[in-house]
Amino acid sequence: MGSSVSPVAVPAVAFAGVVKRFGAFTALDGVDLEIAQGEFFGLLGPNGAGKTTLISCLAGLARPSAGSIRVLGHEVQGDYREARRRLGVVPQELVFDPFFTVRETLRIQSGYFGIRRNDDWIDEILANLDLADKADTNMRRLSGGMKRRVLVAQALVHRPPVIVLDEPTAGVDVELRQGLWRFIRRLNEAGHTIVLTTHYLEEAEALCQRIALLKRGRILALDSTANLLARFSGHSLTLKLSGEQELPASLEPLVQRRNGREVVLQLSRLELVETVLASLRQAGLGLEDLRLNAPDLEDAFMALVGAEASHA
Amino acid sequence: MLDLGGGFGALLRKELLRFWRVAFQTVAAPVLTALLYLLIFSHVLGEERLVHGLAYTAFLVPGLVMMSVLQNAFANSSSSLIQSKVTGSLVFVLLPPISYGAFYGAFVLAAALRGLVVGLGVWLVTLPFAPLWPAQPLWALAFALLGGAILGTLGVIAGIWADKFDQLAAFQNFLVLPLTMLSGVFYSIHSLPAFWQAVSHYNPVFYMIDGFRYGFFGVSDVGPEVSLAVVLLCFAGLALLTLMLLKRGWKLRY
Ligand SMILES: Nc1ncnc2c1ncn2[C@@H]1O[C@H](COP(=O)(O)OP(=O)(O)OP(=O)(O)O)[C@@H](O)[C@H]1O
Ligand SMILES: [Mg+2]
Repeated sequence: MGSSVSPVAVPAVAFAGVVKRFGAFTALDGVDLEIAQGEFFGLLGPNGAGKTTLISCLAGLARPSAGSIRVLGHEVQGDYREARRRLGVVPQELVFDPFFTVRETLRIQSGYFGIRRNDDWIDEILANLDLADKADTNMRRLSGGMKRRVLVAQALVHRPPVIVLDEPTAGVDVELRQGLWRFIRRLNEAGHTIVLTTHYLEEAEALCQRIALLKRGRILALDSTANLLARFSGHSLTLKLSGEQELPASLEPLVQRRNGREVVLQLSRLELVETVLASLRQAGLGLEDLRLNAPDLEDAFMALVGAEASHA
Repeated sequence: MLDLGGGFGALLRKELLRFWRVAFQTVAAPVLTALLYLLIFSHVLGEERLVHGLAYTAFLVPGLVMMSVLQNAFANSSSSLIQSKVTGSLVFVLLPPISYGAFYGAFVLAAALRGLVVGLGVWLVTLPFAPLWPAQPLWALAFALLGGAILGTLGVIAGIWADKFDQLAAFQNFLVLPLTMLSGVFYSIHSLPAFWQAVSHYNPVFYMIDGFRYGFFGVSDVGPEVSLAVVLLCFAGLALLTLMLLKRGWKLRY
């Protein structure tokens, strides 16, 4: 899967001071972000955070009000043809051209990139996305999940070194989601840079090496997935006390949230489990249930997004 | 000059396929409409009437052919653009490294070719009623191509400008239709009062149809060189305007 060679030092994608305004509304408020070649990068954030707007600016569909964006060193406005040749984008909206079959769609898309005979690669993409038997079906006759996979295929026809997927798994069933990720992972291992937005946090956690958390057009956090988990999530302990007993006052500061009779305690270090259990024993409290939860991205996400919200 | 680049051929092919797939609506229907015009007008206005010393039916044919060329060229680029804008599939053309010159060239050439195909169809079906061969085929072809390109360009502008189908319909009903109908398709402008003759000379479509008619009969209201100059100038102006709009990404890239 020959991606065109660029010096490794050149970032795959570089955003510098990117601002995008819609009238008085600021959708992107000064985004600085560099994604290295070969990274599997996650762009997360709540609805309306500005993820799609950032991708649109990267793809040249939208023009930033200020700042600049480079794809492998090529400015997306000034040097747009070189930049776009290196970029494959899966749009968030489920769009298709109803006049054509799947294969025609992919051939036409290849042609837009100046590629004439591309059937070998097209067949490989179709096989990997489990669409081979739909190659000659009209786009109108595909299910939603199949149309979404054709969108992914369209973004790959020119073997772009940088692949951007804006919620590629929305509406795709579990089995095919696994298949899609296997394929994208393989592309990543072959050297393609992957930029992914998703609302399935487990997916981001499992796939992405580094994550940026975007909210209201600003980057709230940017770190490796492991660091984010360590910093913002840590382990937590879910307790269910027997009867109507109350938690000892000494443990109150650890409470993260309550779920009916269940209490979730945040543990900054794993060894705190012993302290908690000791306090319970001292207070003579009985337990109905106890669960230790590994760190997960959802907690990190909630911690960050929630913290921002309480400042506002 | 325009840098067409790799995407031009693919975009042109896609635009041609798009109308050819539904040729029943995009070719057969307008041919039938033109034939009905011919039958009704020539019947109502009488076969014996002479215009420029020609039977009215014969006089009418080139005007109808050209009107079909123009209207279908406009319809092709404008409806393709608005459809892909409304469905969102225009993104497939906006993401690749297609230059704005290639974008323009492909849409306009496809529009002009659809116009020519429909025009050819109209001419063929009118042959049994008014057997007519162009006296100056090159003049006829030049005006048909240029006229198609001009209306194709207007279609590009209208298709990009309109956000909804009814805005496009307004453009068509209040600009394209009056310009083509009031251009001497159904009459020679010499039969008009002096005032309306003068007004007609400000309608570029008049020169397209007059020049095209010259290609068939070797006679026309205005000299063909004058018409060609007007039409070329008109095309150059509109093409430049459209290229500028596309370069800026007007209404396409936000
Ligand atoms: N064309 C536009 N005109 C005006 N406002 C816009 C436009 N596009 C996006 N916005 C606004 O910019 C903000 C960011 O939108 P964006 O689509 O980038 O969010 P997102 O992070 O992709 O959200 P989601 O997770 O829902 O896809 C939103 O408040 C949205 O309403
Ligand atoms: Mg989005």
